[in-house]
Amino acid sequence: MLASLIFYLFATVLVASAVMVVTARNPVHAVLFLILCFFNASGLFVLMGAEFLAFILMIVYVGAVAVLFLFVVMLLNIDFKSMRQGLRRQLPLGLGVGALLLVELAVMALHWSSDSQAFSALSTVEMVNQATNVDSTRALGRLLYTDYFYPFQVAGLILLVAMIGAIVLTLRDRKRVKRQNAAEQMDRRPEDVVEIRKVKSGEGAL
Amino acid sequence: MNVENIYATFPELFLASCALMLLLFGVKRGNDATLFTGLIAVVVCLAAGVLLIKLPSFVEPGQAQLGVSALCHGCKAFGGMFINDAFAQFVKVLLLLASAIAIMLSWGYMERHGLERPEYPALILFATLGMMLMVSANDLLALYMGLELQSLALYVLASFRRDHVRSSEAGLKYFVLGSLSSGMLLYGISLLYGYTGSTGFEALAHVLAGEPPIGVVLGLVFVCAAMAFKVSAVPFHMWTPDVYEGAPTPVTAFFAAGPKLAALALFVRVLLQPLAGLEHQWVQVVVFMAVASMLLGSFAGLAQSNIKRLMAYSSIANVGYALVGMAVANEAGVQALLVYLSIYLVNTLGVFGVILCLRREGVMAEKIADLAGLSKSHPLLAVAMGIFMFSLAGVPPLAGFFGKYFVFLAAVQAGMLPLAIIGVLTSCVAAYYYLRIIKVMYFDDATEAAVDPVPEFSLRIVTGGAALLMLLFVFMPTPVIDSALAAAHSLMPQG
Repeated sequence: MLASLIFYLFATVLVASAVMVVTARNPVHAVLFLILCFFNASGLFVLMGAEFLAFILMIVYVGAVAVLFLFVVMLLNIDFKSMRQGLRRQLPLGLGVGALLLVELAVMALHWSSDSQAFSALSTVEMVNQATNVDSTRALGRLLYTDYFYPFQVAGLILLVAMIGAIVLTLRDRKRVKRQNAAEQMDRRPEDVVEIRKVKSGEGAL
Repeated sequence: MNVENIYATFPELFLASCALMLLLFGVKRGNDATLFTGLIAVVVCLAAGVLLIKLPSFVEPGQAQLGVSALCHGCKAFGGMFINDAFAQFVKVLLLLASAIAIMLSWGYMERHGLERPEYPALILFATLGMMLMVSANDLLALYMGLELQSLALYVLASFRRDHVRSSEAGLKYFVLGSLSSGMLLYGISLLYGYTGSTGFEALAHVLAGEPPIGVVLGLVFVCAAMAFKVSAVPFHMWTPDVYEGAPTPVTAFFAAGPKLAALALFVRVLLQPLAGLEHQWVQVVVFMAVASMLLGSFAGLAQSNIKRLMAYSSIANVGYALVGMAVANEAGVQALLVYLSIYLVNTLGVFGVILCLRREGVMAEKIADLAGLSKSHPLLAVAMGIFMFSLAGVPPLAGFFGKYFVFLAAVQAGMLPLAIIGVLTSCVAAYYYLRIIKVMYFDDATEAAVDPVPEFSLRIVTGGAALLMLLFVFMPTPVIDSALAAAHSLMPQG
């Protein structure tokens, strides 16, 4: 009873804040609503017993992604009014695609229960989880380093490529920046750089 | 960690560690070492290809002592997520060849445009690694990982000329549309997983043998759409001309060869192995995409004046022909597709080699009209381009004819006569724009100054070698055809 009450609380706030993300006029408010959205979603994950996903959602999405969004929104002076132009024109198309996806989901939901084969396969997974009786963080860790070792490693490579890409596309060597080069300083000799002139008094030097 | 895992993925491990070391070396030595890193990258690609072919014979004598059985040929690794069968090996060897040639094509270009950065060969190697993982994927998750590794490297390569507006635009367009297609792929994969309870290809094939539930069909549609994006088949082709035109020319050459081949190979494996039970559903999708690609690629190419855009439309049409082989969906079809793609790969790399040779006072000449008078100023280059164009048009003694012949033969034998007829008709239409290039080269008078001489030795080797291969294929077609047959055989359900 209490669990379902909490579920409905989280779910209502989640949906309401999701709507606000799209409709809020002020982009900073939209990002703050997005953060609220993430918090409620992680609450739902905790209710389902997936505490690791809940914390990842908090740390990665709230801690990194949403804060990055905030920075972008605040630092880049984007004119959001002009981006809203053409909304009227695009609206029917967007609604049409959305409705199509909704119909597809509905059709699939109707057919879901009749499909026993997959259901049994998925429920065995659940039973295995209950039988081993470990918390979800430990279970995920075990899976990642055993059964899913290969995709896990490839994911590491993907992140590396993303990093290389970001550096390649943005790093510029600045020619005019003066850096201290110790070797160059040591190599400097007085006879190369210093010119000694005898200046007669009263005439000045050219 | 099992020994089998290392043996099965040894070429990939080799490539990955070499790419990482190359990166370190590049960081240490800076931009001066670019030519050297490029050279090493070419050697690494070729060495990985040799490893791929020769590894079984190296390993097998020692195997008896290790007590490991049936290594490397058709063996699986990492709990069945990775498979290294004859099909994967055939495609991987071609991919490594394409990457090596793409790096060779880039040398002079990168230097002249101030792009000589050691990350370029490293990124090509990572893209190649991603493609090899795609081709060897035996699990939806492994498929997605390989695809992302490849795509991410390609997005960066497309916008590698970052101070050039067209190149940045190409990279951004490719990135946005590529992410969209990845999203669709993931949605499709999640539906397949939700309705079958598994992501492994064998398990999927087993579950989907019967009457498929509606959710699986929807998942199939999403996966097909995402794949069509990656191979640039109509109606998901719209990014191709812009990206081909905007990306630096050596990168375009790479796009037209490697990633296309890898994505098509992945497409074939996904449709013929895990989704084989849904053949009735996907054949109509593939037939539609094949017909639409052939038609659009042939007709839209007629109006192009930029040769890179023309090659983009030509690649769309060629994907259409390859999809004909896929639509046939039997051993002969896959064999025809592989033969077709290997010929197309060499052909298109040769064409881009010629395009890279065309410069006027140091600026790339990319208009078709720029080719006028090439037969007088550079007779050999004109002959090579003529061979490539005749081959793309499918004129009999050249290799391109055999590619088309096998594909249409497979279609006719499988009773898909209309598909073959459309293919022949559209290739007649496309022949117009290929032959127009030859006409411009040989019969139009040069209006501007002649194009600069070709300084790079690597360009000469690539274009000359590719032209020779196109000419001589008719005398020695058996190695390609036989290994393509073995590859196609390994893909089909045994027994």
